[in-house]
Amino acid sequence: MIRVAVRIPAVLAPLAGGQRAVAVDVPAPDGGAVPLVRVLEALWAIHPGVRDRVLTEQGALRPHVNLFVGPESVRFSGGLATSVPDGAEVSILPAVSGGAASAFNQGSDARPAGMQTAQV
Amino acid sequence: MKTRHVPVTPGDVVLLVGTAKGLFVLRAAGRRRRWELGGPYQAGRAVYTAALDTRAGRQRLWAGVASLHWGAVISRSDDWGRTWHEPPEANVRFPAESGLSLKQVWQITPGRADEPDRLFAGVEPAALFESTDAGATWTPVRGLLDHPHRERWQPGGGGLCLHTIVPDATNRERMWIAISTGGVYRTEDGGRSWVARNKGIRAEFLPDQHPEFGQCVHKVVQHPARPDTLYAQNHWGLYRSDDGGDVWHDIARGVPSDFGFGMAIHPRAPDTVYIVPLESDMFRCVPEARLRVYRTRDGGRSWHGLARGLPQRNAYETVLRDALATDGAEPAGVYVGTRSGKVYASRDEGASWTLVADGLPPVLCVRAVIAPGKPRAPRPRRPTRQRTRARRGHSAGRRRRPVPRPVR
Repeated sequence: MIRVAVRIPAVLAPLAGGQRAVAVDVPAPDGGAVPLVRVLEALWAIHPGVRDRVLTEQGALRPHVNLFVGPESVRFSGGLATSVPDGAEVSILPAVSGGAASAFNQGSDARPAGMQTAQV
Repeated sequence: MKTRHVPVTPGDVVLLVGTAKGLFVLRAAGRRRRWELGGPYQAGRAVYTAALDTRAGRQRLWAGVASLHWGAVISRSDDWGRTWHEPPEANVRFPAESGLSLKQVWQITPGRADEPDRLFAGVEPAALFESTDAGATWTPVRGLLDHPHRERWQPGGGGLCLHTIVPDATNRERMWIAISTGGVYRTEDGGRSWVARNKGIRAEFLPDQHPEFGQCVHKVVQHPARPDTLYAQNHWGLYRSDDGGDVWHDIARGVPSDFGFGMAIHPRAPDTVYIVPLESDMFRCVPEARLRVYRTRDGGRSWHGLARGLPQRNAYETVLRDALATDGAEPAGVYVGTRSGKVYASRDEGASWTLVADGLPPVLCVRAVIAPGKPRAPRPRRPTRQRTRARRGHSAGRRRRPVPRPVR
């Protein structure tokens, strides 16, 4: 079992019992790192409402939401398969692209926010 | 962000104005002389559709709200926006095997009066969802989700959206929907099967201009008193059908352009329809930079521009498909919201217009509803003599009596 801290953005805190950080325990067979998706599943098990804001119903990361393990965006480090070690911090953050994009360009698939690394 | 609430009383006319950054509520007493603006609710999220459900004694607002970050959801309020109920887990979701993900809720339509717990939602990517428990849970209508045409539907400028739902007030089994771009589809077996009903509607953007489906129908309206007659505003083309959509006839005579988005029908006169023509699909602004609502009173045989009170110079305005609405009052009110954040109201069926809101975020939808319940009796007027004295400042009733301070 490893323990990981997940930082929750303020706007989603009501869906996480009002907390801005949630500690989750994730089974790890050898006490080593686990894929990020296991950490998220452990989070959804406690706070299921956060899931639908971060992932689509098909399990894909929403294009304007960024996940970080430590300081690194997972878009550049293996996506939901990114390795998360014991004691790591996972951050869920809205991409800067989301608020600026007009509601009118929703027709075409909004460009994934892979290049957005700003710490909001 | 400060949200302003406006008190809504029975008989008030209420405009639900969905914008790119939240829902606003405009209210006026039944005579519609003075409008008060409330909101924004759902601030920061786009509201493409709003509806009021008054069946079974409800007074329930519905809104399709979408955050570009966190996705789309259907939200409801039972107190005109003060508080909203939104389930923690998304209430509109595509099944896993479809491979589809919800982008936007484009239309929420309460069902027929005799089925008070049934509601419909049209979404992007194009699909129809249905609730049979007053909106608590939503499921996709399989006949349309699994439709063999689905793979050939193409997104229009706004996305691949199911934006129009017309339940037949007289026949539980019959209903129409419209998809951009897919066209009009009709069911006659309560949603189990759907047939394309686009005969006569042009698709100017295709080599074959009269395909079975693939037209870009922007809005369809029907008057409940004449359920076989439908009107359609197409991506180029204005049409009428008198046989429930089997065949459509061009009715674009006397309009400056037959391109446009919005269409609304008069609450009591089935031959009276309103549109806002736009110049072209390449320049989606009103022709000659003059904002004019066009009205037919003879079922599309002739159209007349209504401009009194609307800007007639340098008005590069766009009116989107759900931003034109009528109310049920007498005489009928007509309302237009623009992409530049203005709302115009007419309380005389379109003859004259007043700007009732300005500086809003881009307006995506306008719904005009009447608050249910018995309107309060107007306050009795004072006798004439007393009013005259009051104006001169002689009336004791006018002076505020000092309020005694509480003794400590």
